[in-house]
Amino acid sequence: MIIHVVDAAVADLGAARMQMALSLGWHIVVACLGVGMPAITLLAEWRGHRTGDVHYRLLARRWARAMGVLFAVGAVSGTILSFEMGLLWPGLMGVYGEVIGLPFSLEGIAFFIEAIFLGIYLYAWDRMPPTAHLLSGIPIVLAGVASAFFVVCANAWMQQPVGFRAEKGRIVAVDPWAAMFNPSAPAMTVHMILAAFMVAGFLMASVYAVAMLRGRRDRYHRLGLLLPMTVAAIVTPVQIGVGDWAAHTVADNQPIKLAAMEGVFETARGVPLHLGGIEIDGELRYALEIPYGLSLLAHWDPNAEIRGLNEVPPADRPPVNVVHWAFQIMVGLGLALLVLAVWLALSWKRRRDLPSSPWFLRATAWSGVAAVVALEAGWIVTEVGRQPWIVYRVMRTSEAVNPAPGLVYGFVLVTAVYVALTVATVYVLRRLARDVPVPIAPQERDVTDYKVV
Amino acid sequence: MPLPEIMLAVLWVGLTAYVLFGGADFGGGIWDLLAGGAAKGRRQRALVEHSIGPVWEANHVWLIFVIVLMWTGIPSVFAAIASTLYIPLTLAALGIIARGAAFAFRKVSTELWQQRLFGATFAFSSVATPFFLGTAAGAIASGRVPPGIAKGDLVGSWVNPTSLAAGALAVGTAAYLAAVYLTRDAQRAGDADLVHAFRRRALGCGAVVGVLSAAGLLVLRADAPALFAEITSGRALPLLVLSVVAGLASLVLLWRRAYLAVRVTAALAVTGLLWGWGVGQYPSLLPGVSLADAAATDAVLAASLGSLAVGAVLLLPSLWWLYATFQRDRVAARSDREP
Repeated sequence: MIIHVVDAAVADLGAARMQMALSLGWHIVVACLGVGMPAITLLAEWRGHRTGDVHYRLLARRWARAMGVLFAVGAVSGTILSFEMGLLWPGLMGVYGEVIGLPFSLEGIAFFIEAIFLGIYLYAWDRMPPTAHLLSGIPIVLAGVASAFFVVCANAWMQQPVGFRAEKGRIVAVDPWAAMFNPSAPAMTVHMILAAFMVAGFLMASVYAVAMLRGRRDRYHRLGLLLPMTVAAIVTPVQIGVGDWAAHTVADNQPIKLAAMEGVFETARGVPLHLGGIEIDGELRYALEIPYGLSLLAHWDPNAEIRGLNEVPPADRPPVNVVHWAFQIMVGLGLALLVLAVWLALSWKRRRDLPSSPWFLRATAWSGVAAVVALEAGWIVTEVGRQPWIVYRVMRTSEAVNPAPGLVYGFVLVTAVYVALTVATVYVLRRLARDVPVPIAPQERDVTDYKVV
Repeated sequence: MPLPEIMLAVLWVGLTAYVLFGGADFGGGIWDLLAGGAAKGRRQRALVEHSIGPVWEANHVWLIFVIVLMWTGIPSVFAAIASTLYIPLTLAALGIIARGAAFAFRKVSTELWQQRLFGATFAFSSVATPFFLGTAAGAIASGRVPPGIAKGDLVGSWVNPTSLAAGALAVGTAAYLAAVYLTRDAQRAGDADLVHAFRRRALGCGAVVGVLSAAGLLVLRADAPALFAEITSGRALPLLVLSVVAGLASLVLLWRRAYLAVRVTAALAVTGLLWGWGVGQYPSLLPGVSLADAAATDAVLAASLGSLAVGAVLLLPSLWWLYATFQRDRVAARSDREP
């Protein structure tokens, strides 16, 4: 009987984790588009406004419509997360809700502003002079970036919990500002915001790369590729640098996570960098080793000490294979995207044009998928690398989970809803991309007669 | 006023705003459901879509506010509620997903079968979501959520007379508010038929909600006598009186076609009900748990309330601009989806 109860509890913990992973992993993609797309859309609107180029204006209009749909699903999938914080993790929220409440309150304000101005931007296109309309989009961009900042601050606190004192499971003193601006916050927030621009830029560009591969190489499609791709190409090298900074933060604050990321089992000096490899029976096998690489990268010193997983009991270690591989996938795809960005930059510098090789279009067509996979992989590193702690070295995930029976059924139900949501979202976005004619604001009547798309 | 009380008041203001604005958006979905076949209901659905399209996302954010303020301000109470009421809250959450997404999808759909599919999803979840949120409110009001994590009855806590009455009342209130607001919107759009239709619905729905509220009080007397006593004879009595008077005045105003004034009285009637519950239950949040026991530390409350105050300086003018932009006469308005 007792064994049965324990099994059910284990199943429910697994279900709760999967449900959170599913809903957060889903939301994070849409949220990235919510942060990056308004900026890129405003750029197009501004260019169209400045140059009078009808293609830019049509692009802006199209992107704005897609943005409306994505914002709606982003808003509701984000709301579910705030429910799930309590439904799945009452043990966390009951004790530490107040410690991480401040960034969430601020995020609420930012999100509110985003929703208000999005309503104005999308629906008042035909009721405002063009300049006023353009300006009404700026709060969306700022609030979107601010939302991402605040919410990642809260997540960073779970990695680096500071700013409170607990006695007997009860919080007795909190410094909410210290908790929010914890040591992990700066690198994590910047890394996430740049990731959002990369995901949005590459995803949007990839749509037009696919169309161009199908032979639609007119100015509309070229600009549709070029504008978001330029944004992504500018952000990518910066992101590589910030990623390095984020890794240093992990090395300093969560050495066991770093050990899992790199597959380091024994504390040592002059540790090599492992490429590939798989953990079997407590050691990393078949990995390619670059001597002194990890010590050098993590601490700028080839002989620096790297702490290994052996420093904590097995029950306190994150799953090495998942974290190690997710980290390598993120870094690998990030570097591949950097190559693509450099390719574009060189071609542009030389002849003010996209690279002529069809491989460029093929690579760009895949870049959106690559950016999303890198995003998810990075998030897996962050969250799975923190396990078994929900609040790093303070509270275990198993202590936080809702002990009510039947979470498994909730997970099944939520999965079904998300599958339907995904199918419908993709379908609607594809329809929107093909819609002719695009509904146009009166000030852009010229675009109505545009025959190319 | 001490910080926990201010926090609770702000929380209740947020809840009120959610019921008045977000609730009316749910109500729009309910009328969408009852609008009839595709051809017959087209104009009604267009009005609903037109009225809530630009504002529903902003209206929806109030709910996020309430949730975040709960876990920040009264974390242990939030944990107890969320864990015990896991089932209805999960269903409400799924309803929120289905409703928001389907509404956005329908707006951009061009084919009838898609509009039907998304429209039905939107409409059904507009009924289900307030119902489940209402049952959760009933569970708290009737003292069925004990402190601690998942200590309450997972089913009985929300399947009981008070919860079911509260669920029905939530649906009825949403439909009523929407009918009242839509009457005025139809008038502004200059559609006499729709004005007539929604006036009739508002009158009928108002009467039903009145009866439901009275029945709800009887249920409360049998099921949660302490709260009933507070509402009918204690501090909360003036609010109950306000609600009844405003409700009756609304019916008169509707009858006399004062569609702008009735917006105020209808909102007051609902507000009176909500604050009556809040004041009646204060200071007890859960059985044996008072606000003082549950409130977060002062540093947290001060930081959150301070941020909200600063945020309000940004928010209120923006909200005003949003409503002002879309409540103006729509002479120049163009439908996004002309046939």
